[in-house]
Formats: sequence, C-alpha cells, structure tokens
Amino acid sequence: MALLEVRDLSVRFVRRHEPTVSAVDGISFDVHPGSTVGLVGESGCGKSVTSLAIMGLLPQRGTEVSGSAKLAGSELLRLSRREFDRRRGKEIGMVFQDPLTSLNPVVPIGVQISEVIERHRGLSRRDAKREAARLLDRVGIPDPTRRLGEYSHQLSGGMRQRALIAMALACEPRLLIADEPTTALDVTIQAQILSLLRELVAETDTALIMITHDLGVVAGMCDEVNVLYAGRIVERAQRHELFSRPRHPYTAGLMASVPRLDSPRGQRLAPIDGSVADNIPWERGCAFSPRCGNALAVCGQRAPELETTDAGEQLRCHNPVDATETVERADD
Amino acid sequence: MGRSETSGAGDTTPVAPTRQESSSEGSRTVLGTKRRERIDGLAESGGDTAAGVSLAASAWRRLRRSPTFLVGAGIICAFVLLALVSPLLAQHDPALRLLEEQVSRADNSIPPPQPGFPLGGDQYGRPLLSRLLLGSQQTLLVALLATVIGLGGGLTLGILAGAFGGWVDTLVMRVVDVLLSVPSLLLAVSIGALFQQQSQFTVIIAVATVQIPIFGRLLRGTMLAQRASDHVLAARALGVRQRSIVFRHMLPNALGPVIVQATLMLAVAIIDAAALSFLGLGAADTSTPEWGQMLGSAQNFFDTHPHLAFWPAGCIIVVALGFTLVGESLRDALDPKKRR
Ligand SMILES: Nc1ncnc2c1ncn2[C@@H]1O[C@H](COP(=O)(O)OP(=O)(O)O)[C@@H](O)[C@H]1O
Ligand SMILES: [Mg+2]
Repeated sequence: MALLEVRDLSVRFVRRHEPTVSAVDGISFDVHPGSTVGLVGESGCGKSVTSLAIMGLLPQRGTEVSGSAKLAGSELLRLSRREFDRRRGKEIGMVFQDPLTSLNPVVPIGVQISEVIERHRGLSRRDAKREAARLLDRVGIPDPTRRLGEYSHQLSGGMRQRALIAMALACEPRLLIADEPTTALDVTIQAQILSLLRELVAETDTALIMITHDLGVVAGMCDEVNVLYAGRIVERAQRHELFSRPRHPYTAGLMASVPRLDSPRGQRLAPIDGSVADNIPWERGCAFSPRCGNALAVCGQRAPELETTDAGEQLRCHNPVDATETVERADD
Repeated sequence: MGRSETSGAGDTTPVAPTRQESSSEGSRTVLGTKRRERIDGLAESGGDTAAGVSLAASAWRRLRRSPTFLVGAGIICAFVLLALVSPLLAQHDPALRLLEEQVSRADNSIPPPQPGFPLGGDQYGRPLLSRLLLGSQQTLLVALLATVIGLGGGLTLGILAGAFGGWVDTLVMRVVDVLLSVPSLLLAVSIGALFQQQSQFTVIIAVATVQIPIFGRLLRGTMLAQRASDHVLAARALGVRQRSIVFRHMLPNALGPVIVQATLMLAVAIIDAAALSFLGLGAADTSTPEWGQMLGSAQNFFDTHPHLAFWPAGCIIVVALGFTLVGESLRDALDPKKRR
C-alpha cells in the first residue's frame, strides 16, 4: 500500500472581488514508503499549493479543497485543526524554500528545534536539547552545542537550511515534503543540501516529495516524476523513462531548455515560447496548447485526459512527442 | 548575501562589518543571553563569547551613535532625575500661599521674582519654582501610568485579534475602529466626564482609553503580518502548539513597532494629560502641582503675565520632545531594513 495516496486533489481560491483561481485541478499520485517522488513545473503551476493542501496549511478563508489525501490509509484533508497539529512535524515534515525567513529571528535555533522534540516525542527539556545537538551534528553543522544558542542571522544560508532539515526530520516522519529546498541557496551549497537530503532519506527510509522547477534536481533524486502544468499533471513517468524519452511537448521543452553536458557543442538552448500567462483554462482545451509546437486543431477544443501509454507511463496529450523523433533530433 | 559554505566545516559566523567593535559589544550581551540559557539548562558547553551579536545588541549599537537618541534620552533622563529629586530641590511647600499679600485683584499684580523665590509666585501667591519642580512628578507619573494601562489593554486586544483572526478579529476591530473614529481629545473628555469626582485618576483613565485602540490596532496589524509570515508557516508545519505560535513565534516579532509607539505615546500622553488638566478635568484640588493644570490656571493671565504659562508649557513641550526623539530613533534602530 502506498504511504501517501493523493486522489483528485483540487484547490480553488474563491475571492470576493477577483475571479476564482483554480490552482490545483484534480491531481492524483502515490508516494511509496522510502521512495522519492518529484513534482516539477514552472512557477505558479500549483506545486506549493499541492503541498500546503496535503499539510493542511492553506488559509481557511476563501479556500476550497476537495479530493482526498490519505497518509497510511487515514484521511488528512478532513482532520480537525487540533488533530492536524498533532500529526504535522511528527508524521509529515516539511522544508521550505527560503531558510532565512523560515526561521524565527528572535528565538535561538536550539529552542526552535527542541520545541518540536519536546512536543512530539515527549522528552524533557534537557534531553530535548541534547537531542537537538545530536540532530545538528547529524545534518553536518559543526560545533552543534554552541550553535544551539545562536540566532538565525548568525548562520549562513546553507547552515540555516541544514537546521531546518534537522527540525523537519527531528521526529523521524515517514514523509518529508521539500518545497524548492535549494532555490534560495548558492549553487555550490545547493548540491550539498541535495546530497544531505538524499543521504538522510535513504538512511531513515523516509519517503520524500521533492518539489522543484529544476529538472537537474529531479534527475539526481527522484524515482518517479510528476510534471505539472497549470494545476494538472501532464506527464508521469519513472525518472529514467522521463529523461530518456519525454513524451509531453512541455516536458520535452523543459528538457531542451536545460543545459546538458552531453549535448553537442554549439547547440542552442531552446526556451519554451510564451509564458504561463498565455494559459487558457483547461475547459477550453489543453492549457499548454498556445505555447505548444505540436498543437493540433483538437488541442484548442477538447482537453486531453491523463491516459496510460503502452510504455506504462501517464500522459495528458493529444499529440505527444514521438519517441523516434527525439532520437533523430539528438543525432543532428 | 553571497556567503558560501565551505563543505560543512568551520563556517565563519557572519558578523557586522565593524568586527572589532561588535565583538566587544557582543561579549557583553552574550553574557546576558548565556545566563538565561543556563537557567534553561541549555548551556552544557563552556561559555563561548565569540558567538556574535544578538538583534537587540545591534539595535543598541546603532542607537548609541544616533544624536537624536542621545538628545532625547538626555532630556528624559534629566526630567526623570528632576522628578526624583524635586522634593529635595523645592525650597517651599507648593500648597502654601507664601506670597499671598503681594497678590492684588485690583491692579492684577502677581508676586515678581524675589530673593528665595526665583520665579516669583503664581496668582494665589504660591511659589512658582517649587510648583514647577514638583509638577514634574505628577506629569510623568500620569503619562507613564496612562501609557502602561493603554499598552496593557491594547496588547490584550491586539493579541486576541491577531492570534485568532476570524470573528474574534472582526469583533475586536469593530470596537477599536469605533473608538478610533472619535477624535482622541473628545473621547478623553467624554471619558473624564463620566466620573463623578475629578482627580488625576480620571485623567489617567481617560488618556489610557484613547491609547488602547491605537496600540490594539497596531499590534493586530503586526500580529496578522506574523501570522502570514514564513517562519510561522514553518512552525505550524512542525506542529508547534498554538500557544507557542502566538507567544513565541508571533508576539516577540510583532512587538518592535509597539515599543516604538509606546515611547511616542508617552509624549502624546503628557500632552493629552496636560490638555485635560488645562480643560479642568484633573484634580479639583490644585494644591498638588501639575503642569497642565498650572498652564490651565494661567490662561487668564496670558496677556499680563505670560511667564505663568511659559514655564509649565515649556516643560511640557521639552519633555514630550524628549520622548518623541527617543521614539523616532528607536524606530530607525529597530527597522529591519536598516539592520546590519
Ligand atoms: N492564497 C492564495 N490566494 C490566491 N491564489 C493563490 C494563493 N496561493 C497561491 N495562489 C495561486 O495559485 C497558483 C499556484 O501557486 P503555487 O502553488 O504557489 O505555485 P508554484 O508551483 O510556483 O509553487 C498561482 O497562480 C498562485 O497565484
Ligand atoms: Mg512554490
């Protein structure tokens, strides 16, 4: 059985004087124990909203959440606030994008970590401090006992994210959600944080949902990848299949716009034309069609369904990129 | 922020550019923090004082260099000191009409300065300098008490509204907005008029009532901003208890503007209290001197004896200025955009 089962998750923001925003539109996916699943897509495609919905952290006013998200068989979306508070941090951890703003500036790091340990693991204050020091050591922060008394502004960006990872993993949750955990960091530190995450997740057998706009991150970490576009999953495949032959034109476009070491010299990067602002709503056809090089007449009339292909992956496209075609292009 | 991390090892603590100064400053504050941490049972290691500067320390470092702050703090210190030692300085009992025989209704004469009475007497022949000196006590005390009460009430309302949101917020803010829509002096006068007997207590309550909605609204705003902040979201994602979210993760971060406002409010309270006394809402018995009331009773003599009004008015303005200067420089020092 899957550890996390998300079924038909939809999130709409209903606001009085503005049009309703359908941020997430019928997303389903599974996360198996110990596996790493990627949610990939451009900014604004609904990645963060998906994760916040699963965590029960969306604002209550003006937010309509429907569908289901089951953690080890128990429904999360209908938990009371109090029940959710008891499970967050204990069964699901989360790491956010900006480590500087994610820490409380006026409370020492040690207090912030041991607070979580005391809360969920029922340790005494003294034991919680000792455990906090051990965790900081585990995430590679030197001189942890001294760091416990320091404030977030005294740590470097990488240290902060390490501390936040320590907090999220303090109670050994079964599921960790990392929402763009390296986007705000220097490139050299990004790699360190990613390998730390990979290591911790493997060691504790924690399942990981890796949210990113960066295919490079996906390539290094994920077992299975969900590609999101305008609130819907447009392609889902195992990492290897996805990278060796992307079927959705959007996925293919994302890959062509990322520099690769093995691409021929002098080949230009191909950005995807247009921007997310060109999206049409899914009711009027495929939301990606205005930007799509493969678009047919039908694409602007009827939205494609998510269907299983012969190769066993999931695809939402009327006119997918042909597998042979990509190979040809690479041979040029 | 282009700091790079050297493969997990020996990351240097980011310290403000002026390293020497901040480390000497830092050691002092770290001692304070260390003590608290020891009480928490935190410090199992030896006291390491190279840890750097806390936020309060960096604000203080900037304050010490600000001329605005130094002038304001100087004024406040001088007046507080004056209030404390005024019983020793005042040579006469302020209630006694020592120069009464020099007062004459007929030719509108008032005791002039003379040996033993450097400022002369007031319209009842009471010693003006002694009254002025002792008046500092009442004026500062009234302003302080009013601001403390106003702050307490405002904090309660702001915490309720900001922490719970929803209908609690709506309800609290309706009340606050109604209070705010009434001009503050009018509100204070109305509150003062509710009391049967006029006293300094009346003035304190009236001035505090004016302040409650101001503090409440301010704190509510900063609390709501905290509610929507990343670190509160991160804390909620860790399942931190609601009580801790409010009092550890929201309130301390929301207080900065309130502290600034409280300092500025002391100035407003001094002026408001003086205005109420001026309007006759203070103690009916004028034997205990108070600047606002001195100013009020001097109004019949503005054209003939302006010095009766000049001294209390000058004191009120200068001490209010002191609090305003300190408040403004605190605002600058606590401004996160200027934090280094
Ligand atoms: N609280 C909110 N109210 C209204 N719209 C929102 C809110 N949060 C997110 N959205 C919208 O939902 C969409 C998806 O946002 P998000 O999940 O944050 O994107 P990303 O994939 O970059 O994480 C965006 O169009 C965003 O404007
Ligand atoms: Mg996001």
